[in-house]
Amino acid sequence: MPPRTMYEKIWDAHAILEMDDGTWLLHIDRHLVNEVTSPQAFEGLRMQDRTVAHPELTIAVADHNVPTDNRDGPIEDPASRLQVETLERNVEQFKVPYIPLRSARQGIVHVVGPELGLTQPGMTIVCGDSHTSTHGAFGALAFGIGTSEVEHVLATQTLRQRPSKTMLVRIDNALCAGASAKDLALHVIGTLGTAGGTGYVIEYAGAAVEALDMAGRMTLCNLTIEAGARAGMIAPDRKTFDWLHGRPNVAQGEEFDAAVERWGALRSDASAKFDKTVIIDARDVAPMVTWGTSPDAVVPINGVVPDPEDFPEQQKPQLHAMLDYMGLAPGQAIEGLPIDVVFIGSCTNGRLEDLAAAAEIVRGKKVASGVRALIVPGSGQVRLQAEDLGLDLVFLEAGFEWREAGCSMCLGMNPDRLAPGERCASTSNRNFEGRQGTGGRTHLVSPAVAAASALSGKIADPRKLER
Amino acid sequence: MTRFERLEATAAPIPIDNIDTDKILPGEFLKTVERKGLGRALFARMRYRADGSLNPDFVLNRVPWANAGIVVAGANFGCGSSREHAPWALLDFGIRCIIAESFAEIFYNNCFKNGILPIVLAVPEISALRETVADAGRARVRVDLIGQTVTYGGGIELPFDIAEGRKRALIEGRDEIAETLSLRSTLLAWQQANCRELPPILLGVE
Repeated sequence: MPPRTMYEKIWDAHAILEMDDGTWLLHIDRHLVNEVTSPQAFEGLRMQDRTVAHPELTIAVADHNVPTDNRDGPIEDPASRLQVETLERNVEQFKVPYIPLRSARQGIVHVVGPELGLTQPGMTIVCGDSHTSTHGAFGALAFGIGTSEVEHVLATQTLRQRPSKTMLVRIDNALCAGASAKDLALHVIGTLGTAGGTGYVIEYAGAAVEALDMAGRMTLCNLTIEAGARAGMIAPDRKTFDWLHGRPNVAQGEEFDAAVERWGALRSDASAKFDKTVIIDARDVAPMVTWGTSPDAVVPINGVVPDPEDFPEQQKPQLHAMLDYMGLAPGQAIEGLPIDVVFIGSCTNGRLEDLAAAAEIVRGKKVASGVRALIVPGSGQVRLQAEDLGLDLVFLEAGFEWREAGCSMCLGMNPDRLAPGERCASTSNRNFEGRQGTGGRTHLVSPAVAAASALSGKIADPRKLER
Repeated sequence: MTRFERLEATAAPIPIDNIDTDKILPGEFLKTVERKGLGRALFARMRYRADGSLNPDFVLNRVPWANAGIVVAGANFGCGSSREHAPWALLDFGIRCIIAESFAEIFYNNCFKNGILPIVLAVPEISALRETVADAGRARVRVDLIGQTVTYGGGIELPFDIAEGRKRALIEGRDEIAETLSLRSTLLAWQQANCRELPPILLGVE
C-alpha cells in the first residue's frame, strides 16, 4: 500500500462505497447531537416515518441555549425552553442516549464527548456544530455538518462526503513562557487567513504540538474551522492514550492494550504526501489578541491596531468598517484597551486546564471595579473538578461569577450577552459582529490574558503582572 | 431536495468578504424548531437599525433589490457556524442563488441540500457583475444551471464550473436519504464486516 496520511487512513477505514454523484458514503462512528441544529432533522425523520439507524452510536446533550446561572426552575426564555424540551422529546421517541440538563455530566458537547471517552483515535465523529473539529485532537476525523446532514446521519449512520485535500501544519520548536495553545491557534489562523484552510483537512505536527497537553491540543483543533478547514487532527501518542485510559467508554485491560496498538498505527506514514505544507516557528508566538471582527484579524498583545490604508485597495473599506465597529483607531495600542466584560469558557477554553491557568493569575487578587467577569466551565465535570481544587473560591473571592456549564456568552443564545458597545476579553472562538450580543465588541484571547485583563480592567499582558 | 434548473431574478450586490453565518442569521434567531419563517431575520443586523426600523441604506431594503432572488457577494461567503438556518433564511427570503468569489465549505454543502445554487466566479468577472447589478435598471440576472452560464447586462454571458454530481443532484432534486436507505443491505454488510462492536454508551448519569 502506498504511504498514507492519518486522514487518508481514517477515510479508507470508513469509506463504504462511491455514489454516482462523486460522493462517498462514509460510516460515522459517533454522532453528537445538540438542541439547536437537531429539531428539524428529527422532524424530517418523523415526516418520512424513518427511524434513527444507530441510536447506540448517538449521544445528545443541550448546551447552546441553557441558562448558566439558575437551573432550579424551568428555562425562562420560552424559545430556548422549547428547543431543550423538543430535544428531550426527540431523544425519548428515538431512544437516543441523553445527558439531562440537571445532570453533573451535562456540558458543552465538545467537552463532554472526550470526557466520557466517546472520542477515540481513528473514529469518524460528526455533530451539527462547526467546532466538532475539537475531537481531532485525539487523532479522530471530526467535523461539523448542517442539519440536513444530521438527518442523513440519524437515518443511515453514514454521510455523503467528497475527499478533502490534506495540509500539514508543522509547528517547530517550543512555545515561549506565557504563550498558550490558544495563542498558537490564533497565530496559525492569522498566518493562514480565515479561508486558508478551505477544502483541506489539517494535520498538526511538530515539537510544539507534541508538547501540548490534551486540553491544548483540543483548543488548537477546535479553532481549525476558523481557518476555513473543516477538520484538524493530531496523531495520537502516549499522552492521548494515558488521557483516555480509565474513562467510562474506553476499553480496559488487554482490550485497551490492543486498542493502543491499533491507534498507534494511525499516525501518518513518514513518506506520506500532503497537498500542502505550512511551517510555523512556535518561538514567534506571543500572547495574541484579535482587534477586528474576523479571527484572523489578530496581533501580538504588544502590537497595535493596523492601518487599513496599508492593505490592498479592495480590503480597505472592510477593514475601516471593522475598526468602526470595534471603536478602534489605526496605530492604537492593544494592551491597555479598557474592557467591560471578561468571559472565560466555551468549547475552545472551558476545560480544567484553562480554568487553572486563569486561577493561577487571579489568586489573591481582585477583578477591577466596573468589570463583569464570568467563569463558565465547559462541563459539569470540569466544574466539580475545579471545585475540588478550590478554584471556584479563588474566582469568587476575586469577584468573578462562577457559573454552571454551557456555551453561554460564546454566542449569546442564553441570557449571557454583551450590551451594545461593551468591550469583552473572551476566551471563545469567534469575534464576529454581534456574536456575543448585538453591538458587542469581542477580543479573542487566552485564559491567561483574559484573567490578567479582568484584574487590570484593560487588555493586559499576564507576563507583566506582579506575582 | 428542491430542484434547480434556471432562474431569472433581481441580483443584489453585497460587496463584502467573509460574510459569516452570524451575519446571515444572528444567533438569537436560531431558537426555532422549524425551517420556515427565518426570511424576516435574514442579514438582520445589516437590514434593521437598532430601533428595529429598516435601514434604508441596505441593498435588500431598496427597490428593486427588495425582491432579489440572487445575491452577489465577495470572498469566503458563509464562513463560521455550521447553522443550516443561514441557507433556510436566504431561501425563506426568496434567494435561490448566491454568486461569490469563494465559499466556506459547510455553507456550500448546506446550499445544495436546500436547492440553493452557489456559483463561484473569478474576481474580475464578479466585480463587473456587482457593479452592473448595482444599477437598478440592470439588476436582472439569468442563471442557467443546465448550460452553466450567468447572463446579465443585456447579453454578457459568464460560464461557471460546478461538480457534475452536484449539478445533477440539484437538477433532479434528489432525496439523498431515500437513496442511501435503498442501499441498506450493503451498509449492514459493510458494518458487520468492518465495525467493532461497541458496548452501549455509558453516560455516567445518575
